Amino acid sequence: MFHVKHEKDKSMEKIIEVSHLQHKYGDFQAIQDLTFSVEHGEVFGLLGPNGAGKTTTVRLLNGMFEASGGTISVMGFDPKNAGEKIRENAGILTETPALYERLTARQNLRFFGVLAGLADREIEQRTEELLELFGLSQRGNDRTGTFSKGMKQRLALSRAWLTHPKLLFLDEPTSGLDPEAAVQVRELISDVRQQEGTTVLICTHNLDEAQRLCDRLLIMRSGSTLATGSLPELRKLVSPGMWLEVQFWQPFEQQERIRSIDGVLSMEAKSPSEVRIEVSSDAAIPRVVTGLVGLGAQILRLQPQEIPLEQVYLQLQNSNHNGHKGHNGGAK
Amino acid sequence: MNWRKIRIITWKDILEVRQNKSVLISMILVPLIIMVVLPVVMLVIANTTGSAEALNDPDLAIMFERMPASLSVMLGEMNEVQLSIAMLLGFLFAPMFLIMPLMLSASIAAESFAGERERKTLEALLYTSATDTELFIGKALAAFVPAVLVSLVSFLIYTVVLNVGGYPLFGYLWFPLNSWYPLVFWVMPAFAALGVGATVLISAKVQTFMGAYQASGSLVILVLGLMVGQASGLIYLSVWVGIVLGFIIWLAAGVLFFLAIQQFNRKALLYQSAH
Repeated sequence: MFHVKHEKDKSMEKIIEVSHLQHKYGDFQAIQDLTFSVEHGEVFGLLGPNGAGKTTTVRLLNGMFEASGGTISVMGFDPKNAGEKIRENAGILTETPALYERLTARQNLRFFGVLAGLADREIEQRTEELLELFGLSQRGNDRTGTFSKGMKQRLALSRAWLTHPKLLFLDEPTSGLDPEAAVQVRELISDVRQQEGTTVLICTHNLDEAQRLCDRLLIMRSGSTLATGSLPELRKLVSPGMWLEVQFWQPFEQQERIRSIDGVLSMEAKSPSEVRIEVSSDAAIPRVVTGLVGLGAQILRLQPQEIPLEQVYLQLQNSNHNGHKGHNGGAK
Repeated sequence: MNWRKIRIITWKDILEVRQNKSVLISMILVPLIIMVVLPVVMLVIANTTGSAEALNDPDLAIMFERMPASLSVMLGEMNEVQLSIAMLLGFLFAPMFLIMPLMLSASIAAESFAGERERKTLEALLYTSATDTELFIGKALAAFVPAVLVSLVSFLIYTVVLNVGGYPLFGYLWFPLNSWYPLVFWVMPAFAALGVGATVLISAKVQTFMGAYQASGSLVILVLGLMVGQASGLIYLSVWVGIVLGFIIWLAAGVLFFLAIQQFNRKALLYQSAH
């Protein structure tokens, strides 16, 4: 259905590069010192509580505001003097769907298509494709004021994808949606992103959403960076190893001896027949299993446990409250 | 400047206005009352009684007394009844005609500028690649063009009403008087532009369509001033007065537009929407 897929361009690996970004609203320092980059084709999440500066960052990246300090490059353009070029090549889903409710779905898409510089024929073709893809074909000639929240959000998403953008900004894409509509929107973002090869920057405070959709994350607080990296990299920041939950067939009396097994970093006894073991890495798991068997343990079940993003996020936010500086979890 | 983008912004705003009942009603009711109902009532009274005194308007007496010689020439050899009708509907009513472009342009501009913010659609619009100037011109035209067109159509209807209704009294097509030409083609568009400029400026300070519309409605005082000026014999909307008045209003509209363009930028608009 879609003919345009943005192939990875080696000459422009980094589609967004932000270095020591600062922004002030009057006397209020909204962005303090933000540095991150987004690679071509990845889904990058800006994660943080309300007021962390996520939306302001998106506005700065689009040239809506001028930064007070630092440098920005988006698709090779400087938003300070080429905001129009950036907005021409990027799509955006704002926090509210921002649709013209007295206009039909097709009229809405036509309006934004012309403003994006698409030819009439291209707009017509693309409108039909997107309405079909987002399940709105039957309602294309209805006023959007009659749509449900989920339908409005889907139409706003199709508007964002109208121009086959290289880069897509999604500001709280599932905010205010019921769980069913939120899942539907998330699936659409994931599917269409893969079909079109679009680079996506998501602003969210929905941790589940970030965990499901994002390749890498930047955790923000009060306009500054708390941590950056992929989820496994961020997990390492709060816990250097990985945890295994082990259940024994029968109560295992020698639990304390588990600590001496090669590769075990720590151990927590949960019950006589259940323990949690922290190991240094995936590679240590076979050695630990061999060690447990060597101690005479009869393993009923062994399950690696990944620290959920929520725990990573909360620990990082708390560590920041305790005066720690920002972390960089990854090499990117 | 991309005129295709400007045209689509204008098209979208006009389409939205057409769906807004409160704006649509004012676009129909104001011209209907001013340009049809009131003159028809006056003509019916004059036709029924055939007497100038029946109109019972003390302002007319003052206007007659103080009328400059140039206007007497324009009115020619009219009899007393014809003269009363001409003074009332040809001169005293002329400023009423100017209420229309002012009110219509103000209501559409309020809908277009403040209404966009009120409905939270402004941000998506600002994220498009249209420049600030294209957005401003597109929106200004969406208010200006319908206001001028509706006023022109109203003028045509007014012409028909006065000539048809006045034919039994005049026996010939007496309207429009010469003084109306600068009023319709020079002063009226200037008032429409003034309404747009003022409303855009006001829209930056208020958050709602109603707030912007009500504040810009105070411009009607200008028109009332003209009415009082004519009624008291201080000023007559002759051809030359119309030309000079148009020049002044265009100048004022130009200043308002200049100020409005200065403050119509993405940063300011986003900041206003957020606060």
